[in-house]
Amino acid sequence: MLFTATYAVYAVAGTLYLVFFTSQNKKVRATARKILLGAGILHTITIIARYIAAGHTPLTTHHDTVSFFAWAVTWAFLSFRWRYQIKNFGTFVSLVILALMTVALCSSRVINELPPALQSLWLPIHASIAIAANGFLALGFCGGIMYLLQDRELKKKRFGLFYHRLPSLESLDQLSQHCLTIGFPLLTLGIMTGSLWAKQAWGAYWQWDPKETWSLITWLVYAGLLHQRFAIGWRGRRTAIMSIIGFAAVLFTLWGVNFLLSGAHSYVR
Amino acid sequence: MSVEQIFILGVNHKTAPVAVREKLAFPDVEVPLAMLGEVPGCDEFCFLSTCNRVEVIFTSSSPEKSVRHIRSFLFAASDLSEEQAIEYTYLHQGTEAINHLFRVAASLDSMVVGEPQILGQLKNAYREAAERNCTGVILNRLIHKAFSAAKRVRSETNIGSSAVSISYAAVQLAKKIFGDLKNKKVLLAGAGEMAELAAEHLVAQGCTEVIVANRTLENAVKLAKRFKGKAVSLAELHDQLELVDIMVSSTGAPDLILRKGDVQPLMRPRRNRPLFFIDIAVPRDLDPQLNDIDNVYLYDVDDLSQVVEMNKSGRANEATKAERIILDEALKFLGWIGNMALAPTITDLRQKADEIRRTEMAKTLANLDLSAKEIKAIDKLTSSIINKMLHNPILHLKEDCHQDSKQLKLDMVRRFFALDAQN
Repeated sequence: MLFTATYAVYAVAGTLYLVFFTSQNKKVRATARKILLGAGILHTITIIARYIAAGHTPLTTHHDTVSFFAWAVTWAFLSFRWRYQIKNFGTFVSLVILALMTVALCSSRVINELPPALQSLWLPIHASIAIAANGFLALGFCGGIMYLLQDRELKKKRFGLFYHRLPSLESLDQLSQHCLTIGFPLLTLGIMTGSLWAKQAWGAYWQWDPKETWSLITWLVYAGLLHQRFAIGWRGRRTAIMSIIGFAAVLFTLWGVNFLLSGAHSYVR
Repeated sequence: MSVEQIFILGVNHKTAPVAVREKLAFPDVEVPLAMLGEVPGCDEFCFLSTCNRVEVIFTSSSPEKSVRHIRSFLFAASDLSEEQAIEYTYLHQGTEAINHLFRVAASLDSMVVGEPQILGQLKNAYREAAERNCTGVILNRLIHKAFSAAKRVRSETNIGSSAVSISYAAVQLAKKIFGDLKNKKVLLAGAGEMAELAAEHLVAQGCTEVIVANRTLENAVKLAKRFKGKAVSLAELHDQLELVDIMVSSTGAPDLILRKGDVQPLMRPRRNRPLFFIDIAVPRDLDPQLNDIDNVYLYDVDDLSQVVEMNKSGRANEATKAERIILDEALKFLGWIGNMALAPTITDLRQKADEIRRTEMAKTLANLDLSAKEIKAIDKLTSSIINKMLHNPILHLKEDCHQDSKQLKLDMVRRFFALDAQN
């Protein structure tokens, strides 16, 4: 019930952001921001309620994981808003949040018994760090998409929907760099804590199950991107594409692995 | 005083090329205002001089003489003949002059339509003239009306954010690429007027360094001096490209001066920092394929015109709205000046008094039960009170005196009795 309410508030915020995107009416944006903040707070309450209902950190079902992912994106975005503003960023981010929330809405909310292997303090630490990393990487993904859209209009010299509405290439490039410099360390930390937990639960730091392998692939994509950026000076279109590929790897690690491949993580459904 | 005695004589970017305008540059207003004071027939005047225009706003009772004098004064420093001077100047009279002044104040006549500096420049020009008693009742009112028209245009339309020139379009694009233009470096290839204009805009937006590359180094040095930059020869172009962010090319070269193969290898040492090429040369200087390189953006004149068109179409409604405001304000001024004569002022004065008398009578009579005879007596009484009251002011107005003090008297009476209250 609480979740459905949260979803509805997100939907309102997302719609308002879309209205703002087409009309560019600043009053609409101000309202959309407040509603998104409200949704973020309501979502926090929902997660706490889930925690109480489950008796442990609610990150073991697919519904909870994706819901927490959306929560992380929301708060990553809201925390960014404190520091600086990116024109129309909210529209893109709220669409991603809404998409994640829709997935969460459609998946089963039954709380299953926690297998003994997962009953550890590492659960909240590992899972929340990993998903928080995903939150920032999702913002980087939005930045990448916006960069490509703006770059395309500037190169083709056809000024359509996005030219006036999106900020400068420079600020979009900076945005993805910021997201990456926060998201990547978190991702690294997430993998490390996962490894420690694996040692405790299964006796080995690393056993090449698909989830681990794909996390590593994701990590390598982002590591490569950061390396190219700082060592060679990659920027602009190429880094934007890389951050989109990286995020695709994040999503595959989250879903593709669960549904297409099976492994030690597969009871997280 | 008739509207037809108001004139504007001037030169602007539309009527005269830079080469002519720069010869009319006046360093201060002291001398021009003193000189204009000597012009026969010229009663009130104001002198406006900016980089894109020189205008004299004046009223005159013998216009032909005044116009000739003012024109020869404006062109005194140039070597142009009178015919040429006439060709480069415009003369607006009456309603046209009023419209022109309002459009100038509202920045509708500017090179970059909507740029805000012009209003400040006009205010300064007016202050200088008013301090030296060069303006009188008519111009005081006219120029103040121009200010309020400009303010209305600014607050009621979006014209201020409009961008309707090639240089502005270039700046706008540069901002979409670099965000902030602070500390960006500009390279000018070719020392033409267009390049200079574009550089002026870019520097105004924060670009710090200007490097000029030209075939003849002498011209490069001259232009570089203007922007406190440095001059290089065209042969050094490639080395410079590693350092700059924006390049404006306008050389007269018959072939391309820069090809894709020249720029591609530069991107690595540049660490892929974006490069923005603006090619305003015809025939083109820059290889169109430059645009295919990552982080390189190339715009030629046609591309920029397209941006200009887009800006224009977005603002078409705003311009129409602005013109309507100008027209509205001009009509108000015309209404005022039409009344700034003896007969209308006396009529207005009588009407105003009579209106007050009637309203007050109606109020009083509504509460009293009087006979027709008594009402008639009161009517007569009040009428004679106002007639006696107004007798002396009207005599004073009718008294013969010099044209200037006549205007002052009319103005004073109109203000005193608030006859223009609706304006």
